[in-house]
Amino acid sequence: MRLTYPDSIRIIRLPCTGKIDVIHMMEAFRKGADGVYVAGCLEGECHYLAGNLRAKKRVEYTRKLLDEIGIGGGRLEMYGIAASDGPRFAEVAEEMHEKIKALGPSPIKGAIQKGVLL
Amino acid sequence: MVKDKTGAIMVVGGGIGGIQAALDLADSGFYVYLVEKSSSIGGKMSQLDKTFPTNDCSMCIMSPKLVECGKHLNIEILTLSEIESVTGEEGNFHVRLIQHPRYIDIDKCIACGTCAEKCPKKVADEYNTKLIKRKAAYIRYPQAVPLKYLIDKKNCIYFRKDKKCRACEKFCPAEAVDFDQKEREITIDVGAIILASGFQPYNPAISDSYQYGRSPNVVTSLEFERILSASGPYQGHLVRPSDEREPKKIAWLQCVGSRNTRIGDKGYCSAVCCTYAIKQAIVAKEHSAIPLDTAIFYIDIRTHGKDFEKFFNRAREEIGVRFEKSRINSILPAHDEENLEITYLNGEGKVVREEFDMVVLSVGIDIPKESIDLAQKMGVELNHYNFVSTGYFDPLRTTRPGIFVCGAFQGPRDIPETVTQASGSAAAASSLLSEQRHTLTKEKEYPEEMDITGKAPRIGIFVCHCGTNIGGVVDVPKVTEYASKLPNVVVAEENLFTCSQDTQVKIKESIHERQLNRVVVASCSVRTHEPLFQDTIREAGLNPYLLSMANIRDQDSWVHRSNKDSATEKAKDLVRMAVAGASKLSPLYRTKLPVTKRGLIVGGGIAGMTAALNIAGQGFEVILVEIEKELGGFAGNIRTTLQGDNVRQYLAGLIEVVKHNEKIEVLTETSVAGFSGTKGNFKTVLGVGASMHHREVTHGALIIATGATEYRPKEYLYGEHESVRTQVELEGMLLTEGEKIKGWKDVVMIQCVGSRNNSNPNCSRICCQQAVKNAIAVKEINPDVNVFILHRDIRTYGFAEDFYRQARQMGIHFLRYKEHEDPIVEKAEGKIHVTFKDLTLGREITIESDQVVLGTGVVAGDTEDLANVLKVPLTSERFFLEAHVKLRPVDTQSDGIFVCGMAHGPKTIDESISQALAASARACRLLSQDYIEVGGIVARVDPELCASCLICVRACPYEVPFINNDGVSEIDISKCQGCGICASECPAKAIDLSHFEDMQILTQIDALLEAS
Repeated sequence: MRLTYPDSIRIIRLPCTGKIDVIHMMEAFRKGADGVYVAGCLEGECHYLAGNLRAKKRVEYTRKLLDEIGIGGGRLEMYGIAASDGPRFAEVAEEMHEKIKALGPSPIKGAIQKGVLL
Repeated sequence: MVKDKTGAIMVVGGGIGGIQAALDLADSGFYVYLVEKSSSIGGKMSQLDKTFPTNDCSMCIMSPKLVECGKHLNIEILTLSEIESVTGEEGNFHVRLIQHPRYIDIDKCIACGTCAEKCPKKVADEYNTKLIKRKAAYIRYPQAVPLKYLIDKKNCIYFRKDKKCRACEKFCPAEAVDFDQKEREITIDVGAIILASGFQPYNPAISDSYQYGRSPNVVTSLEFERILSASGPYQGHLVRPSDEREPKKIAWLQCVGSRNTRIGDKGYCSAVCCTYAIKQAIVAKEHSAIPLDTAIFYIDIRTHGKDFEKFFNRAREEIGVRFEKSRINSILPAHDEENLEITYLNGEGKVVREEFDMVVLSVGIDIPKESIDLAQKMGVELNHYNFVSTGYFDPLRTTRPGIFVCGAFQGPRDIPETVTQASGSAAAASSLLSEQRHTLTKEKEYPEEMDITGKAPRIGIFVCHCGTNIGGVVDVPKVTEYASKLPNVVVAEENLFTCSQDTQVKIKESIHERQLNRVVVASCSVRTHEPLFQDTIREAGLNPYLLSMANIRDQDSWVHRSNKDSATEKAKDLVRMAVAGASKLSPLYRTKLPVTKRGLIVGGGIAGMTAALNIAGQGFEVILVEIEKELGGFAGNIRTTLQGDNVRQYLAGLIEVVKHNEKIEVLTETSVAGFSGTKGNFKTVLGVGASMHHREVTHGALIIATGATEYRPKEYLYGEHESVRTQVELEGMLLTEGEKIKGWKDVVMIQCVGSRNNSNPNCSRICCQQAVKNAIAVKEINPDVNVFILHRDIRTYGFAEDFYRQARQMGIHFLRYKEHEDPIVEKAEGKIHVTFKDLTLGREITIESDQVVLGTGVVAGDTEDLANVLKVPLTSERFFLEAHVKLRPVDTQSDGIFVCGMAHGPKTIDESISQALAASARACRLLSQDYIEVGGIVARVDPELCASCLICVRACPYEVPFINNDGVSEIDISKCQGCGICASECPAKAIDLSHFEDMQILTQIDALLEAS
């Protein structure tokens, strides 16, 4: 569909969101990402059955960690997007971009303005 | 003694149909000769810009198949070749071919393009529909397979003018030019032949009323595809030919060369033009820098394909494409000579004169003269429109035994239906020659893998322009230059098309010459192109997992078109990340597992039974599972087809043959209760019989053929009034209640009941044909009856149009009602009043009818349970979703599970049969392998770190990990699905998912976020 979305997004490919680990998300913030979001299948439609539900728990846990250390859990999100739903993908990218823009640069020193999608 | 059959098959025609048939056959143990009359394979699909309804780039989805065909060890492509004669019989044909000279030695040509560059002779480029020039030494298109130049003798100066010129010969660095090549006669023995020679676009110059050929701004739809294409005459800028300025208004005229018995006897509907016109209008609007007005002039909009109606709705509701119901037979030049004037009746019945900057003629599917000659040479009969004649219940078999047909030469059809028929024809041919499998095939041997342990990474990176897809946005030279300076990179090159065959050779040469031990390709999606590049590096002795890709097209140039600088910066980031990731890659190995050579089919209707018989015919065991007490499915409710074939008789015969086939085990009253395993080795738990006793069966492939059901209407007094029936119920009356029908005076049929509305946005495809069929039958029983068919569009696509015409000639009335203004059906004394607003007359009409017949739609059956057990996705209307709408129409997203018949979407019986054969071909492609390879990307446990905490055992959705005799967790690689959940859950970090190891992911994150 080639729908345009903000160019601040960089994608890191995982076989399933079930593979996302707290250390991956924390490393992205440590290296200066302003925001991170995890894009997976819709709940109940995980290609690997329940990987996205496990990812959701880890994302929630990581958000708490981010709150505790002052980066702010609001910089991390998880979205469910159907593989066939290109417009929603672009919409989510836009939404995340705007949200991070409003939050401003990450307090991590040397941060550069970038969003990372895992 | 009977002579053995020949284990080779000839496929005639190298378009998408021929390519698919060739690949399916070659992958299941037959040697294939793919005969193409032009200089390269690809056919019409290679000329298309985008494909509906997803608007995917046509070349992007096709090129992996082109390359696969070109590289396949068991496909021999014979270009510039034409069939002279076919002797012999089914099982043992002798085919005599003439191969025309290319004048360039195919073994020497390196496709550098120097010959074309130096050639002084310019001629019209047929590939670009003559909108631009090419040279007399040329290549059809940049991704052509085989990627070899040729000299066009008709235009070459050497041949025309006393052997002068020879510029190409002089400059060719490979000494490949050979003016002495002669026509060659070849004789080939094959066991079966598949005809896939396709179509030609209708030539509108036959009629002089369209200004075609007189005004450059009247173009055919294929010409417009080239205008839209990035590799076309205007590099994808939407301009009109006369002044190369952006048009503000474009009109599409439908049914040019279709649904017209007066000119050239094209009485059929070409079935694809409505959807492609909608696609072109949408893409044109996207391409246009200024707001573009697009108007499609039509008789009926026929978006009857799966999910196509949504595409139509999106075009008119969201994108603003105009639809004007008016058939246009003539165009006049406007005052300024460049614009064009169209006169039509608008929705209010007023005559409107409108000027357009450009007009696209939506030309139909036509059969070229050469195909008619070809059929004659082969002894194959054609129908009254010169398409190949086939039986309704055997749609892929020609009149000559052993010769099959697929695609547009069998009838007008789109790409998915062509691909389906192609696989189906491969199944039919394979069944004929099943004992000869693997008798003539060759096996691929890869060189021994290089041992890279302990060696420092040496990375080669190949950055793709993808024509202008990437190069038009991203500064590819700059990215390549940047990549060359990244750590461990020893080679950085840019290519016009990294997926083309010559680039594969270049990559392999680089691996050898520069001792590369990792390869990065910065191009498009791993989803489509990873297998190709993995195979290339494997051919050069590298483990296929030493490849990394950066998607600088789908994730970059396509989506950040407006800012070229930042797209280039993003490309650098993605490349840096891929290079860093590549340096951490390690080789992975796969193990061979034997395949369970048995198929399981769920659903015992016509589709399921057809697939079962074909699989059995190909020599494999089949278990056929049916939930009802009897085989037969929905077809049991149908008396005849539109064409008059006896469905009941056919069905009864089919059930008998299936029941008596010794390779087929039929289990009725049986459902699927559990499912596990991977392609090649599945285990399914069945609940068998009334007692539902559990039985476990093993099989290598599974086909879903569970059908669909009829919509049960809640509207139009259905169930409340005895004279309101469905079309299926009417059909049941035709045989037994003729007397009652003879008493009817007025019958009203209402179409789109339960289709094309908010609760079911899809067209049910078959109801229009059903209405026409039953209306004719009623009229035949009672010639005095008035039959009114209230519809929104009559969708009698293909040859079914003949019956629509017949119905009109019989005096059946077709009246259009408006969307969202459904007819009102009311009880009246002894009659039923049907009131609706007629769109042509523009006023309300009430018909006092004796009988109301509802054209009820097709809705999915109870698909959710099965989809859940099998873990395959459904569409939003709960039909099973195919892996790719165009090119993998019967595969599901889970390897080894296929779908056919109405479980996939509404379709006619002959279409279900073609699709069932296609599913069988895909299943047998798997069952014919002795081994499949497992492993690769799987989770592995480090026993030293495992604390036996059982978290992985509980976390795995497939219940794969178990605690072994050593007291630590173990993962069976043949069962592991590679999701990585266990690896992330493991608190001791004892599990890692190969290829996605934590260290590899962290390296990518670090590289990406390094300040560049």
